[in-house]
Order: sequence, then structure tokens, then C-alpha cells
Amino acid sequence: MTTRGFHRKRDTTPGDRLPPGQYLERGFPVLSAGPTPETALDEWTFRIAGAVEEERTWTWEEFQALESETPTVDIHCVTTWSKFDTTWEGVSVDTLLEGVEPLGGYVTAFSDGGYTTNLPVEDITGGRAWVVYGFDGDDLEPEHGGPARLLVPHLYFWKSAKWVRGLYFREEDDPGFWETLGYHDRGDPWLEQRYQGD
Amino acid sequence: MSSVIRATDWRVATVAAIAPETPRAATLTLDVPGWDGHRAGQHLDVRLTAEDGYRAQRSYSIASAPEDGRPMITVEELFDGEVSPWFVQVAREGDEFEVRGPFGGWFVWDAGDTEPIMLIAGGSGLVPLMSMLRHRRNAGSETPAKLLVSAREADDVLYARELERIGVEVVLTYTRRAPRDWTGYTRRVDRAMLQEVALFGGRTYICGPTTFVETVANHLVALGEAPAQIRTERFGGG
Amino acid sequence: MDHLDGNAAAGELSEVFALDVTTAVATCAGCGTTGPLAQAMVYEAGMGTVLRCPACDSVLLRYARGGGQLRVEMRGVTVLRWRSEPR
Repeated sequence: MTTRGFHRKRDTTPGDRLPPGQYLERGFPVLSAGPTPETALDEWTFRIAGAVEEERTWTWEEFQALESETPTVDIHCVTTWSKFDTTWEGVSVDTLLEGVEPLGGYVTAFSDGGYTTNLPVEDITGGRAWVVYGFDGDDLEPEHGGPARLLVPHLYFWKSAKWVRGLYFREEDDPGFWETLGYHDRGDPWLEQRYQGD
Repeated sequence: MSSVIRATDWRVATVAAIAPETPRAATLTLDVPGWDGHRAGQHLDVRLTAEDGYRAQRSYSIASAPEDGRPMITVEELFDGEVSPWFVQVAREGDEFEVRGPFGGWFVWDAGDTEPIMLIAGGSGLVPLMSMLRHRRNAGSETPAKLLVSAREADDVLYARELERIGVEVVLTYTRRAPRDWTGYTRRVDRAMLQEVALFGGRTYICGPTTFVETVANHLVALGEAPAQIRTERFGGG
Repeated sequence: MDHLDGNAAAGELSEVFALDVTTAVATCAGCGTTGPLAQAMVYEAGMGTVLRCPACDSVLLRYARGGGQLRVEMRGVTVLRWRSEPR
């Protein structure tokens, strides 16, 4: 049955830049699975660990000293909102992996508060992923994942783990927080890979 | 084939009547097939489906008392909301949407409960508490009860006239603009106000936006109320 | 974003539990705190719903729908208890 006079609030006119099933959002919705963590910068570290030639850790200061980039990208949330031309500042994952070869084909991003998400390694390399600490010309706000979050814009945005603290490489895929609840292991919005089996 | 409709099944509700409460809120009386009554404090889930199949779901507290017959919900229109504007601006008699419920066994009050009750409402958090007060009045209950309502301004107070004769002391505090000649509270609920106003030692029900509920609950605990005696219901947006 | 409380999850979880979920008393596997699920912190994350222990924030229960499935994960609850009549 349908309800007379009810319609969605937003416009879903498809365009070249909108993946199937998405609509263009002007705001920036905040959706979280838990409270916003509060990690002091002098306690913050970023780790590369697991199936890698050599494990690495950076403090916040060391991280800030790394070569950074300012990608401008479209982002797509599996809950159907998309946002165009978002600007970020951070370190390319390629920079973090410089001279370090991943030995496994999969990676789990892990965050303060316990959130995890799994991805294939090729989806975070080759200029496709960053660890970002700036958004829209400013410091990344805690509610949007600050001090730093993963940014993997070519996949659904739940893969861009907020409050990220490291990447754990593995030989076998290990479904993360949402993936164990039925969401896709890869999450390509152009193939509408929202759920397992899509 | 079972003829029992479970509370968990979606069923089609029809708007039997709609009446404005305030400039931004309306009360809808619903015809729900197989309606089996409810307890004061419970809520309904509603679901609206657009012609393109888009669906939105929300929860609204039941405003009517259990013995008042058909369930009534009071919906306040939220700025930039998607569902609440439909209820307040668009809905008319005969319109249909889906409901599920009633739900809730914790944030409820029955006239058989004899502990004194302190009811604290933030804005539209007054709705389930009104169900409790109407039920209390209908039952002729003498259970000690008191209501504290925080609202932005006089126009935002739901059921204002009915509150004058609901049979309990009602304390109002206005957080944005008070009426002329107002001599009462004109600030957000804080510890000093609770100390002056609240009934302690019985059961407390707090309902409203999350920050309101948590602030008030924390104050009450700091003032010595047992956490187990404080029941809360947090509202979201939409 | 704001969280809600267990009352908000009552409708969805009523499809899974025949007994009233708001009065179900849960023991947190993280810290051992016991209390009714009505008072759990509920995060509606769009992708799914997460109920967290009000004392220690660890996940009690989480659920999500998608691809024709509803999944509920409850490792964070040691015991779930309801009032029950003797048989």
C-alpha cells in the first residue's frame, strides 16, 4: 500500500556521477555505530602490521611529517546518499607502504572504539586510498572520524573507517563489523555491491 | 489461518481524525484493525510508503490513555524532517499508513502502580507522559505525581489547557521565550531546579531528546536518586 | 550523532523475540553489568542498529537487514533474562 502525499525528501535524478540507487546529498550525515572516541594526539599511533615484510608505527607528529596530498573525491554511502567533490588532506596509503610489501591479499582497517572493516589490498593501493586528517580545509572533526580516518572513495563509505588506527594485512579475508552483519566484503558502488552475495 | 494479529505485524491504520495541538504539532486519532489496547507510555512504529516504493519508518508515543479507545499519536513537525511534516501538514481524515505495535514494557505506567511518580518532559517528550497522566486521571488514582515540562516557549507546550486540569502539579520552564508576566523558570532544567521541584524517592520517568534525558538523569543520580528508579525514553529526529 | 535507548529497538527486535525486548534484562559480556535492554544505548547507524552497554559502551547486540536477510549478533550478551510464569 502507499500513503497519499508522501514522498522522499531528496532528489534521485541519476547522472553520470551517481552510482545506481544513490541520491545527491548536500549535507554530510553523521552515522555511527557507537560513541565518538576521544583519543589524545599524544597517545595516537598508526600501525601497519600483520602479513607485511616489516611492521611500522607512526606517532601523530611523525605522521604529520609524511608527504601529504589533498584529494577531491565523490563519496557514496550504502544508505544511498552520495556527496560530490569532497576535499580531504592526508597521507596516501602508498606512501605508508613505501618499501613494504604486503604479504597477504587482504587488509583489515581497525579503529578506536573497536570498528573494523575488511578490503582487498588492491583497493587501498595504486592511489586509491588515504589516511586523512583534514576535511574541507579544516581539521577532520571527531564526529566525522577525526583525528584521522581511512578514505577509500571508490568503495562504499563504510570502508572508509573513522577513527582509524592501523591496517592489518592478512592472507585470508576477515569480515569486519558490518561485513559480519551481511554487508559486502568489497563494496563497489558501481556494481551495487551492498550485501554479501551481491 | 490464524486470525490473531501480532503486535509485530504491520497493519494499515486509517486517520480517523486530526486536530492541531500547537502551531507545529497535531494529534491524529487512528483506526487500527484488531487494536487490542495499550499501556500508558507505549509507542507505535509507523511506516509510510511513497508511490515509487520509498519507505520511511519512525516511532511515535501513544498520547491517549488505554481506556480512551482508539489510539492517538501526537506528532511534532521537525525542521527538515521527512516524516513528521507529512503527519502535521499533509495528513487528513481517511489517509492510510502502516503501524506496528504497541511496544514497550519498561517505559510504562499502570494505575495499579502505587509508587509516587515524577514525570519530566523535554518538548514532545511530554506525549507518553500525557498518556500516563490521562490514565491516572481516568482511573481516579491518588498516586502522588508531578510533572515538569521544559519547552522553548508557550506555543510549544503540548496539551497546555488540559494540563491545567490533569490533576497534578505541573511546573513549566521556558528555555527561549517566556510569556509576558511569567514569574516561573526561564532556563534549561538543571540540578538546582530539580532539587526544588522533583519528587524524590518514587519512580521517575524522563522523556525527550537524548541530551535532555541524559542531563536530567545524571542530575537526579547526583542528587541521590537510585538509577534503577529512573526510567528514560530518548527521542530521535525525523 | 545522538544515540537513543532500547525503546527505539523494540519494534525491530519484536520480529525476533517473542517476549518484550524492552524488559529483557541483559548481562553485559564486557563488564558484567545487568539491566533492562530498554536502557541500552542504541545507535541507529543507517546500515544497522547497535545496542551498547550503558556502563561500558561495549556492544551487547547488533542487527542489520540486507540482501533478504536479517542478522542478529549477540556475543556481547552473556545472559538474557525475562520474567516468566511457572509452567
